[in-house]
Amino acid sequence: MKIFRIFIFLLLVTTLGINNFFGKDIMVDNTQKIGDALNLAEPYDRIIISEGTYYEHSLEITKPLEIIGINYPLIDGHKKGNVFVISSDDVTLRGIAITGSAVSSMYDYAGIKVENSSRVTISENRLEENFFGIMLAGSDSCLISANEIRSNSISESSSGNGIHLWKCSSVTISGNFIRGHRDGIYFEFVTEGKVLNNFSSQNIRYGLHFMFSHNNIYRDNIFINNGAGVAVMYSRQVEMINNSFIENTGANSYGLLLKDITDSYLEKNIFRSNTTGLYAEGSNRIKINSNTFIYNGWAVKMLGNCEDNLTENCIFTGNSFDVATNSTRTMSLFRRNYWDKYTGFDLDKDGIGDVPYYPVTMFSVLVHRTPESVFLLRSFVVDILNLSEKILPVITPENLVDNYPLIKEPDLN
Amino acid sequence: MKNRKIIKYVIKDIARSRAVAVYFVLLLVASSVVVYSTGDTSRGTISLLNIVLLVVPLFTVIYSLIHVYNSHEMIETMLVFPVRRSKIFSAYYTGLSLTLSVCVILGLGIPFLVNGFTDIAFYLLYISVFLTLIFTAFAFLITSLVSDKTKGIGISLICWLYFAVIYDLLVVAFYIVFSDYPLETATIVFTMLNPVDLARIFILLKTDVAVLMGYTGAVLAKFFGTLSGIFLTASMMIIWFLIPYLTARMVFNKKDF
Repeated sequence: MKIFRIFIFLLLVTTLGINNFFGKDIMVDNTQKIGDALNLAEPYDRIIISEGTYYEHSLEITKPLEIIGINYPLIDGHKKGNVFVISSDDVTLRGIAITGSAVSSMYDYAGIKVENSSRVTISENRLEENFFGIMLAGSDSCLISANEIRSNSISESSSGNGIHLWKCSSVTISGNFIRGHRDGIYFEFVTEGKVLNNFSSQNIRYGLHFMFSHNNIYRDNIFINNGAGVAVMYSRQVEMINNSFIENTGANSYGLLLKDITDSYLEKNIFRSNTTGLYAEGSNRIKINSNTFIYNGWAVKMLGNCEDNLTENCIFTGNSFDVATNSTRTMSLFRRNYWDKYTGFDLDKDGIGDVPYYPVTMFSVLVHRTPESVFLLRSFVVDILNLSEKILPVITPENLVDNYPLIKEPDLN
Repeated sequence: MKNRKIIKYVIKDIARSRAVAVYFVLLLVASSVVVYSTGDTSRGTISLLNIVLLVVPLFTVIYSLIHVYNSHEMIETMLVFPVRRSKIFSAYYTGLSLTLSVCVILGLGIPFLVNGFTDIAFYLLYISVFLTLIFTAFAFLITSLVSDKTKGIGISLICWLYFAVIYDLLVVAFYIVFSDYPLETATIVFTMLNPVDLARIFILLKTDVAVLMGYTGAVLAKFFGTLSGIFLTASMMIIWFLIPYLTARMVFNKKDF
């Protein structure tokens, strides 16, 4: 019996070993079915799909496989179900064009769906006209990189998100291009993630949207002209560095909206030509450092329920309003920023203005109360009002002040 | 005497005036300083906007007024000749407004031409010319109605102060009192009723689009941005020119010199 056991063991080891090290290549061309190849394949095989169009959907990958497309073979789901469903660890999907996942208001159909898996790599794919683009649920340690995800969604209800993560951890999303979905990148209950170098534009709702997602890093991303900009909520330890939030215009559109974000870090981001650059509500202990606010309607809107935020070394230039708030008090600090509207002097030449700068003007308070009065912007009367309020502050928050305004723009590189 | 001849005479007369030269130099210096110091023509335009909205109406109304008062004798002499009164009037108006407009266009425009001409700069010149036309007409209206020079200057100052400052102050007061009511329509009406505000909105729609897209601003921005809005704004500006011009001409035609 012992020999038999050893024999079994050896057999197991060798078969596993062979599969591990000598996984075979399976070639698929468009006279064959990818679904058949997936059934046929052993774990750790490689499926190579050659150029052509394949009309298949609900392709389930249940074992560790590497699936590679040559010259972007097009897999068309014909609006029936998901296109790929990955439910195994160690799957790689590369160089494939995917289109036509079903649209439904009951199920979240996706071009590529990953369920409860680890170490899945999805890279260099082209996804067009899918309901959801790439969707990960309950997965960890995955990489989603250099994919092009496009859609021509019309309404929020009939469209899904470009990259959608639900209950994931340690996922890296890098170098993706996303356009025209509902949300470009959507996170819910995602931790330890990294979002790097992505370009998300012209999405119907948000360029980036996350909730209840702690300890994530967002770096070098560009969010342009999304319906409502970028909104992030109910999260802790968020790190946003070197991102650009550009041209998000509209009544409810924000370059970056922070709601209940705490203990986070914003550095070297650029906010340009947004109706509201940075909007903070119920957000505490955020360090806003070395950001650039340029040509925004309102550079920063910080509501009275924000506490202990520090805005430092930022550049405010060409904005219609620098800071607005809804309260006559503030619990947050502004210091050592450059304000282009600052008219003070620097007698001791230490680069810091000798008189404090009050970024909230009387006019911005008036506009907050009567939004129509924005049409008096840049009139002489507004200048007079602001000046009189500056001399004798009555309705602007007295402690919302930069006591150390910079005379010259800081070099942020 | 032909119409063109009178215009030529008026322009020659004004060209010799030192005040117009000073006006031209002032605009040129202001424009150059702003354009060169900001190094950014669109932001430069915003800084220039306040100068345009205050200085152009003020100088135009005062200078035209004084010029017409000083030409009183000349006009009386001309009336002896067989020339229609309305021709003398329009010739004087054209001569004055043309010279001042050229002054404004060159004074403000040259630095932009050198440093990069943008569409915003074009709009700035456009509203400056319109303000010049409107406030020259106001000056003519005042001179036709009031024959006393000192009184006329006083009235013209009040007229300028009203359009440049007091009107907007009243609007602010209105906004504060009626802040609980929807004020979109009121805002459009308010804007239409003041040529200086009309001119400002014209530029605002180019430079501060971002802020105007917020809340109710969007409704108004859409109104002013659409073809019908632009048409209405432009025709309102023409009306603002026509009313004082035609009234002044009517009074001038019937006036007993």
